[in-house]
Amino acid sequence: MTQQTREGRSIAPSDGPVAAVARRRRRRFSLFTRRDKITLGVLVGIPTILHLALIWVPTLGSIALSFTTWTGIGGLGSIEWVGLSNYEQLVTTYPTFWPALRNNLIWLGVFVFVATPAGIFFAVLLDKNIRGTRIYQSALFMPFVLSLALIGFIWQLQYAPEEGFINNVLGTQIAWLGDPQINIWAVLAAACWRHVGYVMIIYLAGLKSVDPSLREAARIDGASERQAFFRVIFPALMPVNIVILVITTIEALRAFDIVWVINRGRNGLELLSVLVTQNVIGPASRIGFGSAIAVVLFLISVGPILIFLSRAYRRLS
Amino acid sequence: MTATGVDQATTTIGRRRQHMPGPKRRLRAGRVVLYTFLIGTAVVWVFPIAWAVYTSLRPYAETARLGYVSLAQDLTFEDYVNAWEQGSLLMRFGNTMIIVLPAIVAVLFFASLIAYVVSRFSFRFNIALLLLFTAGNLLPPQVIITPLFRMYLELPMPYPLSDNGLWYDQYLGIIAIHVAFQLGFATFVLSNFMRTLPKELTEAALVDGASIMRTYRQVILPLCRPPLAALATLLFTWTYNDFYWALVLMRTGDKRPITTGLNDMQGMFFSDNNLLAAGAIMIALPTLLVYFVLQRQFVRGLTLGSTTG
Amino acid sequence: MAESIRETGFTRRSFLRGSAGMAGALALPGAMAACGQDESPEESAGPGSVKFASTWQGDTEALRALVESFTTDTDISVEINEVDGPTFSDQIDSYLQGTPDDVFTWFGGYRMRFYAGQGLVHDISDIWDRIGDNFSDAFRSASTGDDGRQYLMPFYIYPWVVIYRRSVFDKHGYEVPETVDDFMALAEAMQSDGLTPIAFADQDGWPAQGWFDIINMRLNGYQFHLDLLAGNESWTDARVAEVFETWRSFLPYMGDLSAALGRTWQDGANLLFNEEAGMLYFGTFAGTQTEDPEVRDDIDFFTFPAFGTEFDDENAVDAPINGFLVSEQSPTLEDNAEAIDSFVEYLGSGEAQSMFLAENPNFVAAANDVDRSVYTPFQEKMAEIIDNAGAVAQFLDRDTASPAFAVEMEAFLQSWLNDPEQDTSSFLQGIQSFWDSLGVSP
Repeated sequence: MTQQTREGRSIAPSDGPVAAVARRRRRRFSLFTRRDKITLGVLVGIPTILHLALIWVPTLGSIALSFTTWTGIGGLGSIEWVGLSNYEQLVTTYPTFWPALRNNLIWLGVFVFVATPAGIFFAVLLDKNIRGTRIYQSALFMPFVLSLALIGFIWQLQYAPEEGFINNVLGTQIAWLGDPQINIWAVLAAACWRHVGYVMIIYLAGLKSVDPSLREAARIDGASERQAFFRVIFPALMPVNIVILVITTIEALRAFDIVWVINRGRNGLELLSVLVTQNVIGPASRIGFGSAIAVVLFLISVGPILIFLSRAYRRLS
Repeated sequence: MTATGVDQATTTIGRRRQHMPGPKRRLRAGRVVLYTFLIGTAVVWVFPIAWAVYTSLRPYAETARLGYVSLAQDLTFEDYVNAWEQGSLLMRFGNTMIIVLPAIVAVLFFASLIAYVVSRFSFRFNIALLLLFTAGNLLPPQVIITPLFRMYLELPMPYPLSDNGLWYDQYLGIIAIHVAFQLGFATFVLSNFMRTLPKELTEAALVDGASIMRTYRQVILPLCRPPLAALATLLFTWTYNDFYWALVLMRTGDKRPITTGLNDMQGMFFSDNNLLAAGAIMIALPTLLVYFVLQRQFVRGLTLGSTTG
Repeated sequence: MAESIRETGFTRRSFLRGSAGMAGALALPGAMAACGQDESPEESAGPGSVKFASTWQGDTEALRALVESFTTDTDISVEINEVDGPTFSDQIDSYLQGTPDDVFTWFGGYRMRFYAGQGLVHDISDIWDRIGDNFSDAFRSASTGDDGRQYLMPFYIYPWVVIYRRSVFDKHGYEVPETVDDFMALAEAMQSDGLTPIAFADQDGWPAQGWFDIINMRLNGYQFHLDLLAGNESWTDARVAEVFETWRSFLPYMGDLSAALGRTWQDGANLLFNEEAGMLYFGTFAGTQTEDPEVRDDIDFFTFPAFGTEFDDENAVDAPINGFLVSEQSPTLEDNAEAIDSFVEYLGSGEAQSMFLAENPNFVAAANDVDRSVYTPFQEKMAEIIDNAGAVAQFLDRDTASPAFAVEMEAFLQSWLNDPEQDTSSFLQGIQSFWDSLGVSP
């Protein structure tokens, strides 16, 4: 934390060193030659423009298009303003919207309440003095490096009704991927398989950074291991917890590849991301309508993004 | 898939916590349970991948006869050869590299510059810039895909760079969206790291009259080698594994990268799981290799972006 | 959506046999000479070239052979862009508006007329004027846009039929059913013999559309079916409800439905080939799903049985036509005009089609002048079924007036299969209000 003061983002020149920093900064601008300024402008400008043009302009575009109807054929002139009717159709006549929204929320719930605690649990376990901890870490983390499209395929080998491993070994005939009551959970198991390792690795690094004296103090106070974790370590790692929460939420909202590979996100595996893709680039080509779904997705992801931003902002300023 | 850039100082990363000498060894029984549990979990975790490997090594005729859950009588690499040839995997690996390598270089170059500027000099829009980049990184791609897709169809790209005059269906277009997306995470990680470097280093160089680019090149870049290496491994995995942008923004079959290869193979052949499994394993191999060989960098890259000091 | 899986689901067998096939194809110089090309390439400035996008990935070798002999003959080079079928179909709108190839593989029916109507497909009526006699009226109308001009060059066709294994029928003494009652009795017998009477797989979403099509056409006739898909009839019509009531009576013989919804069509075909199931209602290309020559020789098929309605004589079937379109927005359309012209004309010739079909015994040619003597008995029978059909539909997702509706119809049918006892009228009301929300003018 001292570092931050030394870095001196604060302008208030009340004490000696900060004032010195402020003076130095004023002087430093004179260190830039004209050429330096141009170089900087260009080299920071290019990526900034690229980012704005490819990420934020389309985001605003999605919002604007969601109030229109357009088949995408026949230029921008054929866009028609329709007000809120896309949203109205979305919640009334579009049969897959509610299942998709529900599945996204289930996905989010399972990630937050199952995968993440499991990852934290494994991090805590592996943080102990355990022989071969690296091996367990590698095993748990390995799925993270695979693409979700591949994971979708790999798990089909487990879930296939006649030829899959699970039904053959259990002697069951469960339609893991066909039964819309079941398949979302089956796919979530595969998604969690990947997510648990991700959370574990990040939390493990957090645990390693906890001041050892904190644990020691808890131990001397006679706290059990569990109490020590929940009362001392977990609160001390609040920044990491928030990071993990943000990562988890975003991952849950981004889910796409795995269901697309399995059955193109239908029959119980509908997700908002799939509906957007289907309407926008599919033969359906209902661009305004697809954008309305994208906006719903956007609104859900705004929450975690704001949490992250406010935290980052506080730290930086 | 995701690069979730998050802040936090990084000074203590990699420093192992000193274990306090424990009071007493835990009960042996507890340890036995613990290890059994861990071993069991590890086996369960590795199993789906191991099963795919096993399936890929068995001839189709044998699994058709005995079923997949059976003891192998015959193990062969034949399906690997077939998948390699029929899925044109060599070409697809090449396509992936055409996208991944320039994207990594561009992300690291621009991100380190922005991080340098943001962390070394105080401009009015510093924080806003940083927040903008990172927030963009957190958006689900589907939020932007509609207009982006139309933009790629409408925006011109000069002919030497593009063979159809557009951004759509071009390597450069795919690289551009990767760069735009991944900048946020990389910038965040690097600016956090640079903030921990003593200011005097660059000050001195600038006072000595070195240009800003020279200071960046000769002072900053060498110091940033560790986070750059860590980021490179992560960016490799993320861009290599991308499925969505390639699926949506690339139409020429022969230009599509490796991840969509499996999709193509699934459509192309009758469902020969052995062949597909062989393809899947080969597609997974590069990221698994990067992970196992550069494990330290890999984990470091992730934790650089997310843990607190 | 998953439409062209049907086109791309060809065997590795044809792939592996590719080189042999090519040799065979090249050994047909006589056929080539008789090709009937009007233009001689020397007349134009250069022989030119054609860019050609193909979703028929399993048939690449056969197409290559075809293209090579065309090139040998005309000096026109053809560059093949192989694309993944389902993705290509998904992105067809943007493909056609972007920088499409000159020629691409596509379907007949509304799926062609829609894009022709948008001005994205090039009019090839002049080629039809030259070689139109080579096609029956059914092909002509499936290739004609709303403006009465021709846009599609039909290449092959395949019917949807009930496929079975002859050996299984012989073993149990089953007879090919003529009527629905016979069919049900047969299914009952299979059930008691421990077979799943009807193999069913609908993970892909579209196979169920085939069932809707055939029941609707048999109960209510071809015209009603097409009018319904065009939006001129309502989904809440009692006749549509009857389709689902009837379909429901087949469900007990279709195995565990939730398992079926998690099964790819390939797995469904395997149920038949492994003798776990007795019958499979599917396109004849299901035959590509077996590598075993013994099984291939063992499979046979019959048309869906008659329902005893006034439409028995009409005997309509789903028989999708696949062929080629020329894209209007191709940047090279003008430069390559002559080359494209002769390539498309060549594709409409019996020679080209027989060369291709020699490698693909699961289809029959569109052209009249194809040499039927090379047909396998399987192909012969397919041709017969199509000839005998009083009306030929293209398939629900190709006949419907809204691509968005075709996509959503997969979800509607899957949801019905998940709960077939649900209230039919509110189910159909849901379909109708979705249709209304699309704003497609009939």
